[in-house]
Amino acid sequence: MDEERHPPGEELRHGSDGHRRIGRGVFLATVVGGATSLVWGKAAWSRVSSALGGAEAFVPLVPTKGWRIYTVASTMPTFDPGTWRLGLGGLVEEPASLDYDQLRALPRTTQVSDFHCVTGWTVRNVHWAGVRLTDLLARVKPLPTAGGLEFVSAEQPYVDSLTLKQAQLRDVLLAYEMDGRPLPREHGAPVRLVIPEMYGYKNVKWVAEINLVPEAEPGYWENLGYDQDAWVGRSNGYTS
Amino acid sequence: MSPRPVAPGYVRRFSRTERVLHWVNAAGFFVLLASGLVLYLPSLAATVGRRPMVKDIHFWAGIGWVCALALVVLLGDRRGLLRTAREIDDFHPEDVRWLSGRRPAPQGRFNAGQKVNAALTAAFVVLFFVSGMLLWLGERDTRFRFASTVVLHDGLLYVSLGLLVGHLYLAVLHPATRHALRGMVTGTVREDWAQEHHPRWGPSPE
Repeated sequence: MDEERHPPGEELRHGSDGHRRIGRGVFLATVVGGATSLVWGKAAWSRVSSALGGAEAFVPLVPTKGWRIYTVASTMPTFDPGTWRLGLGGLVEEPASLDYDQLRALPRTTQVSDFHCVTGWTVRNVHWAGVRLTDLLARVKPLPTAGGLEFVSAEQPYVDSLTLKQAQLRDVLLAYEMDGRPLPREHGAPVRLVIPEMYGYKNVKWVAEINLVPEAEPGYWENLGYDQDAWVGRSNGYTS
Repeated sequence: MSPRPVAPGYVRRFSRTERVLHWVNAAGFFVLLASGLVLYLPSLAATVGRRPMVKDIHFWAGIGWVCALALVVLLGDRRGLLRTAREIDDFHPEDVRWLSGRRPAPQGRFNAGQKVNAALTAAFVVLFFVSGMLLWLGERDTRFRFASTVVLHDGLLYVSLGLLVGHLYLAVLHPATRHALRGMVTGTVREDWAQEHHPRWGPSPE
């Protein structure tokens, strides 16, 4: 490849006349520091951001606001308020198909909770507004044979599920507002599931259908090896 | 092949292997930066969509980047590159003086800032590759999943963007230093410029 002569460099005198081997030190220190940060990185990052005035003051400076947008399909679903429907069916006494206004007319609740992704990132203090799953369940009246809920996303083929007991936790929402604004498209407009106790892949975006089923079935990521019960810090190989 | 003649008044600063290595690294970095930003920034992710495809592009660009760098080293002038690595490693007392901001501090073929930048860039290739592979493997197997991998990959992005902005400013905009770009494109620089900015190098015309 090289038909040209290598240019003469500067004179090298390792270890004499005050010469020091610094280049390799910079290289090795950076590689070692970076590699060990796999152990201390996340803790150090949260300490730095809290030292800079807490996550809420600091996060807006980061272009992502701490979020990452993960999708599995080639296009992101689009929300059309005119045609959008939320299907509620399966093992229920009163199946329903709600339009956006009907969904917004259900009892509204707000909560502030943290959002944890299984890949390691966390967004603190997200302000959600929406409908409690327990309120939704009270409306459709699950049959005694129902043991789980299937959440079908408009982003095909994404689907995930919860047991009835998990869905009845107090802070499980179908959220249509995030941080005081209608849920943005990339966060699952118009509604997404929020279950703060579990990793993000359980928090299905672009929810189009909720079906009561005999038991919770593996969803999109579960079929790729992720845990069915995605408890934060107690699943998917994490222990803390 | 005989060496390409150097124009009068010019001296050779970078060998072909050095230049190919630099531009392969730069090209790979920009493809990875563009595809990585689509994956990383919510507004871009929403506009572009097609995340599975962009993920594939980013993954294979990373593999291709490291393989291409290895190929350049294997097929190029390895002895010359080793000599370059020794130059980057070796800090003359004037280099230390240069880093502490005192002047004059006559510099060699690489000034001390270029040496530090080269060492950091090499380390970042390793760290970007390792953390990127861990992200890919971790999606498939919990044994490779660490809560801090994504912090490392992002941190590298921010620091390397800072280095890149400084590097581009000095190579393209800053009047005193931008002649160096010619060296990285054609291999040669003006002799008087070399004398002024790299007096301790003192190359002789070929």
